[in-house]
Amino acid sequence: MYVAVKGGEKAIENAHAWLAEERRGSTDVAELSVAQIREQLSLAVNRVMAEGSLYDPDLAALAIKQARGDLIEAIFLIRAYRTTLPRFGYSNPVETAAMICDRRISATFKDAPGGQVLGPTFDYTHRLLDFKLAAEGEVPAVSEGPARTGSTPHITGFLRGEGIIQDEPASDETPGDLTREPLEFPTDRPLRLQSLTRGDEGFVLGMAYSTQRGYARNHAFVGELRIGKVPVEMDIPELGFAIEIGEIELTECETVNQFKGSKTEPPQFTRGYGLVFGQSERKSIAMALVDRALRWKELGEDNLGAPAQDEEFVLSHADNIQATGFLEHIKLPHYVDFQSELELVRKLRREAEERLTSKEAAE
Amino acid sequence: MTDQTKITGGARQEWMGLLARAPEKAVLDLWANAGARPRFDWLRSPEVGGVMVRGRTGGTGAPFNLGEMTVTRCSLVLQDGTIGHGYVQGRSKPKAEAAALIDALMQTDAAETIRAKVIVPLRQQMQADRNTRAAKAAATKVEFFTMVRGED
Repeated sequence: MYVAVKGGEKAIENAHAWLAEERRGSTDVAELSVAQIREQLSLAVNRVMAEGSLYDPDLAALAIKQARGDLIEAIFLIRAYRTTLPRFGYSNPVETAAMICDRRISATFKDAPGGQVLGPTFDYTHRLLDFKLAAEGEVPAVSEGPARTGSTPHITGFLRGEGIIQDEPASDETPGDLTREPLEFPTDRPLRLQSLTRGDEGFVLGMAYSTQRGYARNHAFVGELRIGKVPVEMDIPELGFAIEIGEIELTECETVNQFKGSKTEPPQFTRGYGLVFGQSERKSIAMALVDRALRWKELGEDNLGAPAQDEEFVLSHADNIQATGFLEHIKLPHYVDFQSELELVRKLRREAEERLTSKEAAE
Repeated sequence: MTDQTKITGGARQEWMGLLARAPEKAVLDLWANAGARPRFDWLRSPEVGGVMVRGRTGGTGAPFNLGEMTVTRCSLVLQDGTIGHGYVQGRSKPKAEAAALIDALMQTDAAETIRAKVIVPLRQQMQADRNTRAAKAAATKVEFFTMVRGED
């Protein structure tokens, strides 16, 4: 028998009203504006854009406000919004070599052309709480130097000249798009990169860390890390030519990995690649490490059975919206499911008791 | 209406790109100051949509889908038949409308006025912002020096 149960509308309505009040917090404190979140919590905004897979800082800031700072909830809001947008098309691949870099460092070449440019980094801070920020503080004046003109060449370009690093030959192949076709295994590198760049930062970080700790270790160096803006260009059919439709901030990481060679490849350096919306340094390094670990098959390496080498494991669990959707659904009413389990367990128990009783009677 | 074949694709690409990338406020302020209010009809009224941005594996290799960005587009026709297109980053319909009107007027006899009042100052503002960031980045460039060691 199936009995539909309704109810709870009033409770839900009241819960939503209370949620709105709690979101606002004490009215003794000024309300946070979306612009303040966009400008002053910009790394949270970047994470929501990267994992929400939609570059729009104002929307990401609004989502963070609505979600009370719960970034996965904010990412959920962005993912839901982006499904409502008509797709105008696909851009031409962005030219990261032409990036105007705010930051650009290499852990492999001290004297890289273009130099080691630190940018607005946390790296050399002491990680001590700065109580000056708790008071309304002035920001120190920022020094300026003679600006670079022209683009900053990729570090891997120098190694490529020597033929000592695996090449990434350009192609015009149309990549698969997991927002249009569900992921199927085995997959290819473009789909893996799409999945990783929108994957959960914590999960991708954990996977990358596992490779460093010895599960499919691949000896990564950060060949280059760069953060800056690139223009986005798209072909416009009604114009008959491509125009820039905007400019986005990206973080790009290229790792250079030791490779002893295989049956088909000579000893050389191989590469892992990370490219993420916004200033998302930890994520892009982690992405590059995981990308490299997942390339074992094409490079003819051994499958060591490490989690980071298993694309089905990595890619099926990297998406925090899929994960949280499935995880959190178990808190919703399962009254009927549970009722049937309850009946079953009672029946099994009754049967077990009966067996015990009849056994005792027989003795 | 000027002969559209005389406008090089390169010039139009440049101003459309500039309008797409510029902050909404900068475009709307300059457009308001330009004082032009041409009559027009919509060919496609402003709509917000997404464009899937692509990258390349290793920066140079095969394309992959990186994620979407918001874009607003519209098309209109001036009374003399000139067609203007607006393709701008973000979700601002007023910005897309202004961009399409500017694009249209840049193909007419009003081009010089619009160039002087909108395009040139917009380009300068954006270049100035870009130069300031580049100068701040330059100040964070590491200057290595080697300590002399007494080992010889």
